[in-house]
Amino acid sequence: MTLYLFYFLSFLAILCALMVVVSKNPVHSVLYLILTFFAIAGHYVLLNAQFLAAVHVIVYAGAIMVLFLYVIMMLNLNAETEPQKGKWLRVAATMAGGLLMVVLVGALRSAADTISLPAQDSQIGMIKNLGRVLYKDFMLPFEISSILFLSAMVGAVMLGKKEIK
Amino acid sequence: MENVTKVIQLIPLNYYILLSTLLFSIGVIGVLFRRNAIVIFMCIELMLNAVNLLLAAFSSYRSDPSGQVFVFFIMAVAAAEVAVGLAILTMIYRNTGSVDINFLNKLKW
Repeated sequence: MTLYLFYFLSFLAILCALMVVVSKNPVHSVLYLILTFFAIAGHYVLLNAQFLAAVHVIVYAGAIMVLFLYVIMMLNLNAETEPQKGKWLRVAATMAGGLLMVVLVGALRSAADTISLPAQDSQIGMIKNLGRVLYKDFMLPFEISSILFLSAMVGAVMLGKKEIK
Repeated sequence: MENVTKVIQLIPLNYYILLSTLLFSIGVIGVLFRRNAIVIFMCIELMLNAVNLLLAAFSSYRSDPSGQVFVFFIMAVAAAEVAVGLAILTMIYRNTGSVDINFLNKLKW
């Protein structure tokens, strides 16, 4: 059962990722990317990383993709205004990406055999455990990320302003 | 809880490495394939997610929560990156009238 679930989610993720690349209309690309993100969230649940799955759905499908959709609709992009690369450039792009994939698969084929897997603890993805790690060992990066958010917010507002006098 | 150990027993770590590699390569192909800057940006998000999935998989298989905390930080940085990046893209659209990357060749040699 779980194996079939894994195969189904993997198939869904890869298919939707391909559709993101090939679909002509940018709005369709965004919708397929949201489906991909839900499939990846399903993988997180399979790995028993419940907190990560929830954050992934909220941050990616909820916040980031809404921002993308909003910008695409604000700029009024659709299949007619979509710029297309030439046929040979697209073939070259696919071949270059495929070659990268072949190299990565070949390099990482036996990588997992060299990794020692200690005794399993299925509770590490729980929010209680993660919160303890986050607020104890990763306190400083956590605080610094708030400064990052502040600067990102200021930067986005500055860039979005019409004219800086 | 019982379910999880079963997943980890059933599915070798290799499968997750393969899946992440595939997703990452599709993201690379998308960056090379498209001319719309927003779709290229979305493909970069796809690559980030492939790496996130691999980190979470390693973290679960090795029972080490640091990997999942790292994924959490990557998500935070990605959110900030998207906010600034989309602001830059809307400004490019305002100045050039399109999001076609072929118009942005000032830094091309």
